[in-house]
Amino acid sequence: MNGLDIWMRENPIAYVVLGSYAVAFLIFAVEIAMVRHKRKITLQQVHLMRDAGDEE
Amino acid sequence: MAINWFKYSAPTTFYGLAGKLIPWFGISAAILFAVGLYIGFFVAPIDYQQGEFYRIIFIHVPASIISMFLYLIMAGYAALGLIFNTRLSSMMATAIAPTGALFAFISLWTGALWGKPMWGAWWVWDARLTSELILLFLYLGYIALHASIDEPRRADRAAALLAIVGSVNVPIIYFSVKWWNTLHQGSTIKFSGTSMHVAMQQAMFITLVACWLYAIAVILARVRSIILERERHTKWITELPEVK
Repeated sequence: MNGLDIWMRENPIAYVVLGSYAVAFLIFAVEIAMVRHKRKITLQQVHLMRDAGDEE
Repeated sequence: MAINWFKYSAPTTFYGLAGKLIPWFGISAAILFAVGLYIGFFVAPIDYQQGEFYRIIFIHVPASIISMFLYLIMAGYAALGLIFNTRLSSMMATAIAPTGALFAFISLWTGALWGKPMWGAWWVWDARLTSELILLFLYLGYIALHASIDEPRRADRAAALLAIVGSVNVPIIYFSVKWWNTLHQGSTIKFSGTSMHVAMQQAMFITLVACWLYAIAVILARVRSIILERERHTKWITELPEVK
């Protein structure tokens, strides 16, 4: 058994929480950040288009 | 008072409705995650065979179920867009794909973490695991194909075909544990009942609902950006309060 095997058997809750739940919630956080960023960028594009239209 | 549901199949009306629903779904998801994980970690007892490791179930099972259902919903929306040429259907399919891919990834990741202490291996080429990996590739293929075509309506049609053909993989994932001898365990919850402790069932059900609400909130947020992007030349977009 290597070091990780020994550690996971000695600390099963830490293994479950850090390995599964922390990773899953990190993925959710990154997804939320990406969705918010996409909306911000899209709104900027729409504003730019509207401003360009106003100048014509 | 009868509600005209078809009204919300147009991007103009759906955009506003989605904006109102996102906070409700998001906040409900956060509360249910907290409740579900509290029950899962502090109320549910230790499993007599798997010890504490079984607690991965409260994220692994919801992620797996949602990754499969989201694919079917995505394929359904893609088919609607292909058959009836409805704009919103294709936008919804495009918005679902990244969330579905992330849930498929979480399912595989947490499965590997569960497999190591139980089977002694992070990965085995088992029918259930392999078909779930194919599901992740189908999501990634859909996203890549859609992104590779510049004209959105052509991209929708091409990606829709992939989504529809790929949906055959979903029943294969579900029935793989019955059709083949797999290392992956069979269904614990069946229509005939379950041997699971009631607290384990409650925690799993609550986190499943939380994952669904989270997925809906994120998909609605993403589809709003897609609507903004695709309809940016239209008059109703320029009249939106956030654009003015």
